[in-house]
Amino acid sequence: MDTYSFLRELADSWFLLAMFCFFLGAVLFLFRPGSRKMHEDASQIPLRDNLDPDAPRLDCVGNCPDCFKRTS
Amino acid sequence: MDYIKAFLLAGVALVAAMGANWAQDPAYQLHAVLILVIALCMFVWVIRNAGEPRADKPVPTGYDDGVIRAGVIATAFWGIAGFLVGTFIAFQLAFPALNFDWAQPYTNFGRLRPIHTSAVIFAFGGNGLIATSFYVVQRTGATRLWGGNLAWLVFWGYQLFIVLAATGYLLGSTQSKEYAEPEWYVDIWLTIVWLAYLAVFLGTIFKRRERHIYVANWFYLAFIITVAMLHVINNLSIPVSIWGSKSVQVFAGVQDAMTQWWYGHNAVGFFLTAGFLGMMYYFVPKQAGRPVYSYKLSIIHFWALIFLYIWAGPHHLHYTALPDWASTLGMVFSIILWMPSWGGMINGLMTLQGAWDKLRTDPILRMFVLSLGFYGMSTFEGPMMSIRAVNSLSHYTDWTIGHVHSGALGWNGMITFACLYFLTPRLWGRDKMYSMSAINWHFWLATIGIVLYAASMWVTGIMEGLMWREVDDQGFLVNSFADTVAAKFPMYVVRGLGGVMFLAGAVIMVWNMWMTIRGPKAARAGATGTTPTVAAE
Repeated sequence: MDTYSFLRELADSWFLLAMFCFFLGAVLFLFRPGSRKMHEDASQIPLRDNLDPDAPRLDCVGNCPDCFKRTS
Repeated sequence: MDYIKAFLLAGVALVAAMGANWAQDPAYQLHAVLILVIALCMFVWVIRNAGEPRADKPVPTGYDDGVIRAGVIATAFWGIAGFLVGTFIAFQLAFPALNFDWAQPYTNFGRLRPIHTSAVIFAFGGNGLIATSFYVVQRTGATRLWGGNLAWLVFWGYQLFIVLAATGYLLGSTQSKEYAEPEWYVDIWLTIVWLAYLAVFLGTIFKRRERHIYVANWFYLAFIITVAMLHVINNLSIPVSIWGSKSVQVFAGVQDAMTQWWYGHNAVGFFLTAGFLGMMYYFVPKQAGRPVYSYKLSIIHFWALIFLYIWAGPHHLHYTALPDWASTLGMVFSIILWMPSWGGMINGLMTLQGAWDKLRTDPILRMFVLSLGFYGMSTFEGPMMSIRAVNSLSHYTDWTIGHVHSGALGWNGMITFACLYFLTPRLWGRDKMYSMSAINWHFWLATIGIVLYAASMWVTGIMEGLMWREVDDQGFLVNSFADTVAAKFPMYVVRGLGGVMFLAGAVIMVWNMWMTIRGPKAARAGATGTTPTVAAE
């Protein structure tokens, strides 16, 4: 089988299925339990104006990766 | 370190000098001289400063906004340049005498048109995207830009790319691929600059201090990565000589056409859509003072857009040598694409829920809403035009031009203007723009300009399509091509006037930005010429 036919067949069978499953998986993952709290927090990110980019990590106001784990 | 730099710059200058001497065409020669001059200036600068003790520079603090300020100015500058050329070539179509005999071949429509498209898409849109992405990724990551001066390399390298591309078109250097006209060495330079851009953006994301990567950054990152991939593959070509600009494409025939429109449509999808959605997801919530309507929807929007857009390209090649299955694939995916597009539009609009009253008083928010309206309109029109039966009427007519401009002027243009109005006072430490009523003037001039543009192109496009397919009872075509050209004249004039209004609005914006930046600084504690860290609100 030449490369074109092989790729053509792969593209509209297994690879299509794989990508579709990935997409479905991404959407389902979105609705996992406990995601609401995280998404509500994430949606507030642009509205946080008081962040200091120079603050040392430990002093950050509960927004850095480490703090988040501790506060939640 | 200085000596290595000097040595490298001298090497670049030497090669550029050889290129200037042996150049096989004027575009290559001009570019070689340009690079020679730049390399020599940098060489002298490095030599003069070599071995000098470095003044103890204070460790930079706050957000890195210098490069964003430069980007905002560049966006406004290239916007005016691009709109001006666009308006001029619109009148060239209405009045062919504007292809002045004395300026041939440099200023004919064929050479100015890619200057217009590249200037508005890559110079105006691209600078706007780079500037806003640097702004957004710092704010949403609560960290300074990674890479120090690498961001400045991205900025100046990108400006050099624009200058090389534009001067190349004027001198007739083009590889004849729409929206990818620059020749091989300019492509290579852009690849280097783009990888530096990716590095700065990713580096900043890696050192962010927010746990979650805000969704705007997902869109920006998808835009940067996909454009890199599209650019490299579509520009695979072999130079005829390293001392000349001409190159030969690696792909040929229908493969080349498909690669080109895979690139071309995803330039729309990832440059003009994903990147600008990054702007939307940050600046609309910011200006409305409310979080995005549904964060979940924004993530579905992202994945759906990423998975669908990449397949839509073949709808540019209906009724060509492209196999039917590929053209059907392009059509089907274009139609499915309607859903995530409208999901995103609804998400943006509904962000105003509970803040709709702000539309009455806030012209910047009004611009954001209008841009979302045009996003919704052109993402409805696009899938419709991708249907084969509709395409048989619309393809090769000015309907396509109208569609592109309702998206480009309405969605990309308006959201970029709104972002410039948002950024200018914040970046220069002012309370607000110099004149709010000037923003209103800009809003209405641009809106009416777009309406004139889109409406005239619908009329003329459909008329043209119908005239081309009209046959008499004997089965002969009724109209010659010249008949359609003559019939289109009034619409061409209306379109040109729409362009004049859009340009006039942008000129008002530049004046407003100038007055804001040059105006007296608002009293602000601790503002001693350093970067204002938090200039918002």
